[in-house]
Amino acid sequence: MPPILEMRGITKEFPGVKALDDVTLSVAEGEIHALVGENGAGKSTLMKVLSGVYPHGSYDGEIFFDGAPRAFRSIRDSEDLGVIIIHQELALIPLLSVAENIFLGNERATNGIIDWKETHNRAAELLARVGLEENAETIVDDLGLGKQQLVEIAKALSKNVRLLILDEPTSSLNENDSAKLLDLLMDFREKGITSILISHKLNEVSKVADTITVLRDGSAVARMDCADGVDEDDIVRNMVGRNLEDRYPPRGTHAPGEVAMAVKNWTVHHPLHPERKVVNNVSFSVRKGEVLGIAGLMGAGRTELAMSLFGRSYGRDISGEVEINGTPVDLSTVRKAIDAGLAYATEDRKTYGLVLDDTIRRNVPLANLPEIAKNWVVDHGREAEVATRYRNRLAIKSSSIEQVTVNLSGGNQQKVVLSKWLFADPDILILDEPTRGIDVGAKFEIYTVIRDLAAQGKAIIVISSELPELLGVTDRLYVMNEGQFVGEMPTIEASQEKIMSRIVKSGEDA
Amino acid sequence: MTDTTPSTSGRAETRTSKSGLQFLKGHLREYGILIALVVIMAFFQVATGGILLKPVNLTNLILQNSYIVIMAVGMLLVIVCGHIDLSVGSVLGFIGALAAVMIVQWGLPWPLAAVICLAFGAIIGMAQGFWVAYFQIPSFIVTLAGMLVFKGLTLWLLAGQSVGPFPPDFRLISSGFVPDVFGGENLNLLTLYTGIAVAALLLWLSIRARQRQLGTGADVEPFAFFAGRSALIFGALVYMSWLMADFRGLPNVFVVMALLIAVYSFLTSRTTFGRRIYAIGGNEKAASLSGINSKRLTFLTFANMGMLAALAGLVFAARLNTATPKAGVAFELDVIAAVFIGGASMSGGVGTVVGAVVGAFIMGVMNNGMSILGIGIDWQQVIKGLVLLAAVIFDVMNKKKG
Ligand SMILES: Nc1ncnc2c1ncn2[C@@H]1O[C@H](COP(=O)(O)OP(=O)(O)OP(=O)(O)O)[C@@H](O)[C@H]1O
Ligand SMILES: [Mg+2]
Repeated sequence: MPPILEMRGITKEFPGVKALDDVTLSVAEGEIHALVGENGAGKSTLMKVLSGVYPHGSYDGEIFFDGAPRAFRSIRDSEDLGVIIIHQELALIPLLSVAENIFLGNERATNGIIDWKETHNRAAELLARVGLEENAETIVDDLGLGKQQLVEIAKALSKNVRLLILDEPTSSLNENDSAKLLDLLMDFREKGITSILISHKLNEVSKVADTITVLRDGSAVARMDCADGVDEDDIVRNMVGRNLEDRYPPRGTHAPGEVAMAVKNWTVHHPLHPERKVVNNVSFSVRKGEVLGIAGLMGAGRTELAMSLFGRSYGRDISGEVEINGTPVDLSTVRKAIDAGLAYATEDRKTYGLVLDDTIRRNVPLANLPEIAKNWVVDHGREAEVATRYRNRLAIKSSSIEQVTVNLSGGNQQKVVLSKWLFADPDILILDEPTRGIDVGAKFEIYTVIRDLAAQGKAIIVISSELPELLGVTDRLYVMNEGQFVGEMPTIEASQEKIMSRIVKSGEDA
Repeated sequence: MTDTTPSTSGRAETRTSKSGLQFLKGHLREYGILIALVVIMAFFQVATGGILLKPVNLTNLILQNSYIVIMAVGMLLVIVCGHIDLSVGSVLGFIGALAAVMIVQWGLPWPLAAVICLAFGAIIGMAQGFWVAYFQIPSFIVTLAGMLVFKGLTLWLLAGQSVGPFPPDFRLISSGFVPDVFGGENLNLLTLYTGIAVAALLLWLSIRARQRQLGTGADVEPFAFFAGRSALIFGALVYMSWLMADFRGLPNVFVVMALLIAVYSFLTSRTTFGRRIYAIGGNEKAASLSGINSKRLTFLTFANMGMLAALAGLVFAARLNTATPKAGVAFELDVIAAVFIGGASMSGGVGTVVGAVVGAFIMGVMNNGMSILGIGIDWQQVIKGLVLLAAVIFDVMNKKKG
């Protein structure tokens, strides 16, 4: 097959960083081409160059699409040719309906007057094509992330897509939704639509990709043909430049200590629909030196549980008790929760995690400002020192601690959020999807940090939708489904099947 | 990072060594505003045949703008916090009226009246901040309501009349000068010495800050820029104090203003309080989840704004020597314009006190210069509007390029 896309010698510089250095990418028509690499390797940047987000002239090199050289000056230019990108961070308008979102900027209209019937019919057709069973008039905000992702794809289909680019589409989806999405991609392949898939989930990549291009430090270091199968370890080796022995650090030998936090009969109601119980009578405890996992499907109420514990940041009519070190505590504000030794690192770094227009230096100490201040006066030297320490410890790829966080790659933003909470030095640390969008190498680093903290006697709670991760890093697991805890097991006795069966069973009982 | 991913830190560290030009590109905004002020001053100095920087006029210029500067400092905090306060002009007028009623009609001693007025201003700010902070009512609407309410209350308080004059002591707030303890003959020595001392202090502070930065390897200004900027500021301060010394010395308001600028600059740039305000403006949710009490801080920001508007009200009333129902009309626009010219962002989280003050003086110099040139109020407004637009366009373009 002739290549539908060829990018040659692409070089893109930002002040202080060469994000792409003479990258060549060739994608054959009708294939699924995976783009992998560490955080900050330049994957998203390369796709932004391709789709015209960075206009022609702002980079060096050439782009050939359909055999002809192209100079896209905007996203519109590339979309006109059927190159559609779905960004790492979804770009739907939350308060508009599914149909309105699908045809945003591309309205079904005659003389500027929208034809709603046509809009809804076409939208319904597209939803059927992506296998989303929702009414086209549903407000996007009411859909889960997995469904929103499908709406994005329906939107792409509405534009006569020829090359579909998906930047980490499954990073916030559960296994089920991910599998559906990948099936959809394979379905598209049958119909001749080419896709480029960026992902840190290498099992998915090896499952669906026909060809893999590996980026490292802004260069394309390998091109792997998957016709006769591909080994995940090979991909990893190309990504990090060496063998990665283990995916998870050893558990260590220390035994968990006393109970650090005990939650009793915790119930939380939905903030807008007070009759709905989002967390229903949950009781659990976590010990010092223990890594506790909470497994469950998207929407099981795990984030809501964590946020409601952390200063009542979510929900209403919250009831239940919390004891820390055996004494009842008042966690009614975030400040009180932090003072009680609790920390919560969010899964949603852009909305809840970072002050995006601020630098790494100013974001890292935000939850523990008194530590870098004397009598309310910030010690800038100490602040820089702290930021530098965490930048090195978590290998936050950036031009300096003065880099504005909005310009960091997704995975590196996640690391800044983690830094912030590590610096707050909590006794009980709740990590919500701590490795979302983080590359394999850095994941190992984060697991190591988690184990180190546990070894120091901290209690860690990990919420994750990636079961292998929970199995690899935790000591004990709770399974949550529809607001309730439906199972508890030591991790050594747990398996993916066991966890899933608990979820399924609880669903049947209900 | 340890040995797991040796490649990650490599390339990012190799920063292209910063040439002066690159640095200027990155910090165009900060220099831009300063350069703009210098250029505008130079222009009017030439256009007015040297009148602009005559000692009398310079002193006047400062007095004329004092209340805008005072309010701009408070407004900067409000805007950085992600809000706006449209009521400050009306509050200024209302407090002036209140002062007049208390001092002129009831015969209260002016210091007592002044304290009551400041407290009242703070309460007004709290009343508005309460709704904004704790009930999430948009500040635009709350303060728009406040603007109407206090405009109305001013009329009611003054019964539509002007009330005055104030006792001479009170007027000294605006028209008085700090006595020259050194007893200079033709030159006010206190002013000159103070000017030199402050200039030297600022120079010392910035040298020290630069040395610290060099120590931490942060984004450091090239030496030539540092030297140029420091020399400019040092020279300008000494020259200004000499000019003022040549007239009647340091106006009382000027001292008040300078103190406010110093205190609030420090507050915003160096304290945890300031850091939190910027974080709230930058991302309120993230700030709240970091344990920052964003409601209380927003509330305090408005209380502070109310108090500063009251202070400006006293200064303005003392300057006019009467309270009129017209006082303060449309002042909020000048104040807000000053803050935006000074580089603050509409969406919050960005801006500096010094920027806002320079912005206020850019507006002030233009007002003053155009008046001397005999340009009518009509064209003055047009030109000021265009300058505001240009400044913000420059900001946005500058940010996009980056
Ligand atoms: N607007 C920008 N300004 C400055 N640097 C930038 C900008 N955008 C990206 N970078 C830098 O370019 C590099 C590549 O970023 P990119 O987002 O392409 O990484 P990525 O491979 O997509 O990583 P991730 O897997 O974490 O999403 C990073 O070092 C990042 O900090
Ligand atoms: Mg990316």
